[in-house]
Amino acid sequence: MKLFKKITASNLFYNFLRDPMAIGSATVLLFLLVASFGAPLFTSHNPYDQTTIDIMDAELPPIWTGAADADSRFLLGTDPQGRDMLSTMLYGMRVSVLIGAGAVVLQSLIGIIIGLIAGYKGGRLEALLMRLADVQLSFSTYMVAIFISAVFQGIFGMGVYSDYALGLLILVIGFAEWPQYARTVRASVMAEKNKEYVEAARVIGLPQRRIMFRHILPNTMTPVLVISTVQMANAIMSEAALSFIGLGMPPSQPSLGSLIKSGFDYIASGSWWISLFPGIALVVLILSINLLGDWLRDYLNPKLYKD
Amino acid sequence: MSDFIEIKNLVKRFDISGGLLEEIRFKGGIHRKKTVVHALNGVSFGIKKGETVSVVGESGCGKSTLARCVIRIYRPESGEVFYNGKRVDNLSSAAIKPWRAKMQMVFQDPYASLNPRMTVYQTLLEPIRFHFRDVSRSEADDRVAAVMKQVGVDPDWRKRYPHEFSGGQRQRISLARALAVKPEFIIADEPIAALDVSIQAQILNLFMDLQAEQGLTYLFISHDLSVVEHISNRVVVMYLGSLCEFAGTEQLYTAPKHPYTRALLSAIPQFGSEGFNHMRLPGDVPTPINLPSGCVFHGRCPHADERCRREIPAPITEADGRVVACHGVEEGRLEWL
Amino acid sequence: MQKQEPLLSVRELSVAFKMRGGVLTAVDGVSFDLDRSQRLGLVGESGAGKSVTGFAILNLVSRPGYIAGGHVFFEGRDLATFSEEEMRNIRGNRISMIFQDPMMTLNPVLTIGQQMVETLKAHRHISKHEAEKIALNKLQKVAIPSPEKRLTQYPHEFSGGMRQRIVIAIALLTSPSLIIADEPTTALDVTIQADIMELLLNLCEEEKMALLLITHDLAVVSQVAERIAVMYAGRIAELGSTEAIVNAPQHPYTQGLLKALPQKVERRKRLNQIPGSMPSLQERPPGCAFYDRCELRGEICHRESPRLVEKNAGLVACHMVKDTTGKEEK
Repeated sequence: MKLFKKITASNLFYNFLRDPMAIGSATVLLFLLVASFGAPLFTSHNPYDQTTIDIMDAELPPIWTGAADADSRFLLGTDPQGRDMLSTMLYGMRVSVLIGAGAVVLQSLIGIIIGLIAGYKGGRLEALLMRLADVQLSFSTYMVAIFISAVFQGIFGMGVYSDYALGLLILVIGFAEWPQYARTVRASVMAEKNKEYVEAARVIGLPQRRIMFRHILPNTMTPVLVISTVQMANAIMSEAALSFIGLGMPPSQPSLGSLIKSGFDYIASGSWWISLFPGIALVVLILSINLLGDWLRDYLNPKLYKD
Repeated sequence: MSDFIEIKNLVKRFDISGGLLEEIRFKGGIHRKKTVVHALNGVSFGIKKGETVSVVGESGCGKSTLARCVIRIYRPESGEVFYNGKRVDNLSSAAIKPWRAKMQMVFQDPYASLNPRMTVYQTLLEPIRFHFRDVSRSEADDRVAAVMKQVGVDPDWRKRYPHEFSGGQRQRISLARALAVKPEFIIADEPIAALDVSIQAQILNLFMDLQAEQGLTYLFISHDLSVVEHISNRVVVMYLGSLCEFAGTEQLYTAPKHPYTRALLSAIPQFGSEGFNHMRLPGDVPTPINLPSGCVFHGRCPHADERCRREIPAPITEADGRVVACHGVEEGRLEWL
Repeated sequence: MQKQEPLLSVRELSVAFKMRGGVLTAVDGVSFDLDRSQRLGLVGESGAGKSVTGFAILNLVSRPGYIAGGHVFFEGRDLATFSEEEMRNIRGNRISMIFQDPMMTLNPVLTIGQQMVETLKAHRHISKHEAEKIALNKLQKVAIPSPEKRLTQYPHEFSGGMRQRIVIAIALLTSPSLIIADEPTTALDVTIQADIMELLLNLCEEEKMALLLITHDLAVVSQVAERIAVMYAGRIAELGSTEAIVNAPQHPYTQGLLKALPQKVERRKRLNQIPGSMPSLQERPPGCAFYDRCELRGEICHRESPRLVEKNAGLVACHMVKDTTGKEEK
């Protein structure tokens, strides 16, 4: 209750309520998250349950098309394996969001620690860590991901890959993008570490680690929060792209990207809905995260601060 | 009485040339060139127990660097700092811990010197818990309340964050953090420069009251000459990283000897006097990157001669304890002597 | 004595800021006059409204602030009725402004000469050659050595004190009748500060310019200004000749400030401090804003905000100050 009061009284919340774009995108995002994570509760079909799937239901069109084979059980039609489009999509979005969130957590953990150490210690260690970040950045995320996924599939085979795909994707996307965090954190650590409250902590004699984590780190979280929104959207996009080229989630446990891919083969035969609906869901998801991120950045950037 | 704090020949330089790539010059072959700021060029003086010594000088004279070298935020290139006869500047981080509690510092900017994400209570508790491990939680709480009362901040406000306080109150909290570890020696770096006039007197009184109650020793850094005159026992005048003059307040303000001290004192805005009657110095303060040869002040000194341009004046201690670093004073050729 | 019309006449000027908590009044009904070639000092603590007053005179208050009421008469005309076009003709022409940070005036990518010529040509129909001649003359006036060479240099090639001299030279270009200087020497060292202040004082006298000096430094203002207005919490607490303010301050706030100066007590003794601090914009009380810190406060002070009225040798806004000249309060 106290926390709730604190949040509603804060400037952030006040500003949020006065920005229709922020309210709109937050509402859409919240709706998508509830729908995807709550999917098992209110969808009629479980796409992971092989026993409920009938291959005879494959490629049924959405019910409103009025086509002869439209089935009232499947609102948005079915995919090539006979799974209900709507439930598969919601389950797929859950996978996409999980991978995005997991990748962002991993990126930020690596990036924050490296950025904090580089910014605080300076000197040769800093030069080494930041050049490492530059090298990492010069490989595109996709290149690293394609390479690792391909090698993994090659060595262990598709079967093992399917079991570990989720974790592997989090690892690959997370590892490829940590320099974004490292750079951001390093820049704000360098600004903070010369402030007098840090000097005061040194005069007290506090050990370096405590100064870094207790004093400096909490004061560098604002930019981290802002880039996290962008990175989250990026990670979801990366996953979708990898799935689309067949190096992402397997068809048995589809993400939005792999759904788009599975439908892509059937577009020519007139089954447009299999790619279109996951595509729209992906765009809406990414857009709502990005718009919310934009608002957060404008709000937190003191140079743009307006009442 | 021997000196409680002794500062001997402190030298501090800052390398501002950046990375290796920025150091390389192609003038007449490839070689590395470092850009170095000479912040302190051998400063020595002593502070007696229970007294206030102030360091005055214009921006860039090295007074803040001096404070940070004494408290060991910076490591000086050379020179020594003694605390009660014990050399402390070369101690390891672990060995210096007991001295950290005895020497504390108060900073200039009340908005930057408190961690914005910590409550007053957390800010004050941290040094107590760190330096007095055997103190129980409730004893530590009591001490937080006690130091808050000491500096005139209501202990009921301990759950508040710094942004909820005014500049003067924050400076009180900053002082409370220093007092929390029961120090004997406090360095104050421009503690009132960022405060409003009506608040300055409150903070100065607080400093003086605490000194009277607890026998604290102060090293007070300021550019405000009238404040320094009021609170100090002795005053150090610095120019471009070098000590010009060090003398008792009365001595210095009534009969300054160094030409720079005279110019500085004549420029104090005089309340209620119409117009200006200060000594005009030609030129600007040179950059501390390329120090002038000889006396650092010779370019602006109306009494500089050949020797001043060539030879760095050594600080000479006179019979009454005053220290002056000036060839003109030494030779007795300045008309006011 | 026949009194001529003042150069600048500020009447009941109010500036407010639209904030989350509602409308906050930063300047609350400020009135003062400034005669031709007269120097008035506006002193006060940060947040007292002195800088906002300066900006409001030139209609330069930026959002979320706005001028909530009052008039500014300059050379007999009400600036409030001016269009933005007409204001531009006043700003930097008839009234020049000098800021604390010279880089607010100077453009870092143009030479000093270019900036001075540009300023002149914006207000006068003259050739580049003539403009350069005027610029050179003004640089000489502010005692900048080898001015011809300096015209071709960029702002970063000058020290802080030199930059402020150039800003003054730019302010002089159009021979304004009023200069508003907002903390012009606060960022400078004492020796440079004294030089710049003396320069400003001499120039005002030579060029018959009026000066509105906005500062927090009582000592500086007493050396330069002929009259002083002391601001507190958005209002003028006291206005009088420098001599009267220095020797016989009337308002308890002014008295407190002067008593708190280190020179007023014996060395190493406690200073006479004023307790408490100035109320922030959000917490201005209904009565006198100085009530909580005042030694003289009475029952009426809590209820009613005092008006600035003539008492003894000056104007003062305090219920408790007695007028001993025999004149009845209107």
